[in-house]
Amino acid sequence: MNKTVNQKAWFLILPVLVLVAFSAVIPLMTVVNYSVQDTFGNNQFFWAGLDWFDDMLHSERMWNALGRQLMFSGIILAIQIPLGIFVALNMPKKGFWSSFCLVVMSLPLLIPWNVVGTIWQIFGRVDIGLLGYTLDAIGIDYNYTQNTLAAWITVIVMDVWHWTSLVALLAFAGLRSIPDAYYQAAKIDQASRWAVFRFIELPKIAGVLMIAILLRFMDSFMIYTEPFVVTGGGPGNATTFLSIDLVKMALGQFDLGPAAAFSLMYFLTIMAISWVFYTVMTTIDKREGK
Amino acid sequence: MANTTISDAGGGEPRKMTIERPRKVARRIRPSGSMVVMALYLIFLMLPIYWLLNMSLKTNAEILGTFSFWPRDFTLANYTKILTDPSWYMGYVNSLIYVVLNTAISLAVALPAAYAFSRYSFMGDKHLFFWLLTNRMAPPAVFALPFFQLYSSIGLFDTHIAVALAHCLFNVPLAVWILEGFMRGVPKEIDETAYIDGYSFPRFFIKIFTPLIASGIGVAAFFCFMFSWVELLLSRTLTSVDAKPIAATMTRTVGAAGVDWGVLAAAGMLTIVPGALVIYFVRNYIAKGFALGRV
Repeated sequence: MNKTVNQKAWFLILPVLVLVAFSAVIPLMTVVNYSVQDTFGNNQFFWAGLDWFDDMLHSERMWNALGRQLMFSGIILAIQIPLGIFVALNMPKKGFWSSFCLVVMSLPLLIPWNVVGTIWQIFGRVDIGLLGYTLDAIGIDYNYTQNTLAAWITVIVMDVWHWTSLVALLAFAGLRSIPDAYYQAAKIDQASRWAVFRFIELPKIAGVLMIAILLRFMDSFMIYTEPFVVTGGGPGNATTFLSIDLVKMALGQFDLGPAAAFSLMYFLTIMAISWVFYTVMTTIDKREGK
Repeated sequence: MANTTISDAGGGEPRKMTIERPRKVARRIRPSGSMVVMALYLIFLMLPIYWLLNMSLKTNAEILGTFSFWPRDFTLANYTKILTDPSWYMGYVNSLIYVVLNTAISLAVALPAAYAFSRYSFMGDKHLFFWLLTNRMAPPAVFALPFFQLYSSIGLFDTHIAVALAHCLFNVPLAVWILEGFMRGVPKEIDETAYIDGYSFPRFFIKIFTPLIASGIGVAAFFCFMFSWVELLLSRTLTSVDAKPIAATMTRTVGAAGVDWGVLAAAGMLTIVPGALVIYFVRNYIAKGFALGRV
């Protein structure tokens, strides 16, 4: 749509600006403030320059957490995106069963995050949980509080359970918007199922898929509640992701300076990666608009 | 290009039939595979929830003592306990209050902004749009401590409005994005005609425009509701007693005598109810909402 140039539109944006500035800019400035100061307690602060940033950049703890975080987000995306597309391709196209699938699939998305954690914490317990009990019964040594691998698998399966439906819903919406004519053309050309997917469906859902990847990347990169409830970051530090580490540092140990420096770098990392996604997304939008 | 091929091929009526027929056969055969996939996936989704429901209907003795796929000793005591004890059910009331407040605030400020983004171009609009999105990306963990200090210093700590305002951080950008997507679908001629007919902007917006994007408002409201409902880190940090959300209340089940599994499971089941109730109404729009109005 061609838009009219109108600088007065700023007045319509004003309420949003005021509100978001209040709830985003002020707290963010507090963080910036802490990140360049040190304290000996008693609310006496003094200038520390960029020492905290320097500290954090050389802190093994943060690099380890970042490594775990990247690995987690990578695995999550590698499983959820293909699985989500696969599920979407198999969903009933219309009628009662289509609605039924949509509603059931959306259900995990609407459960409070700590309840998601609680559900899986119970589900995986060897004594009272279905999953843990079954695995134990067939002789697999499974204990997510002691065993690093089991903890990782639990957290990943939980996230797949929680969020794959989002990818599937988006891909499904994208697939439904493909006109029937495309499929008929493919039929005439006697295209194989794979060719239909590769040359018709995939390019057509690329835009929606970018949004799915962006959302899944963002949310998995700042995941906190679910793994915290299930494993508490353990065993040891095995599932301590960036957010968990940050909350531990800021609210647990009250190391405000390092935590603030850490926060800023964390936020900037997410923003930088998301900006790349966003640019790709808007480019696709524009190409389709032409 | 694809379109021309089709119109050529489907030109004659009898030829169209021959094209249609193999497609119908294929449809009849293919679902069997799809149905298995979907059934497996839905079972995978439902199993943990079923297990929670199963546990919530058992007594603690049965949960810990015997392992069974359905409650042998069926009881509603866990639910009764939550629904009669004020310290439990007030958690739900608190959650609902701040969620509703947040939805109302988010929509009220997002509507005009989304209109501006969808209709006008102005200085810095693209940057502003991205800046709004960055707030959706902000990790709540980064904001937990500053929010705590900000709301403590202005005396709003442990109030519903504090949590509602804090959740605006990610819900306002989300609402703007979703509404903008829906508003783009409304032809601009409608606005222009209304202005020519002498409508003022507020009257046009309320009388004509709002009904046109009613479904968009519904979807945006649903998403604000949902993200405020599922969030825990900020709502827990900003409250202690008076506005404590249900999600934080659930940690109470860990007592001296160990964990009260039955009540924990029942409380978990009850947090699923509000989402399950409203989801039916937005089922056809939910993907559009998640795609920030861009499908």
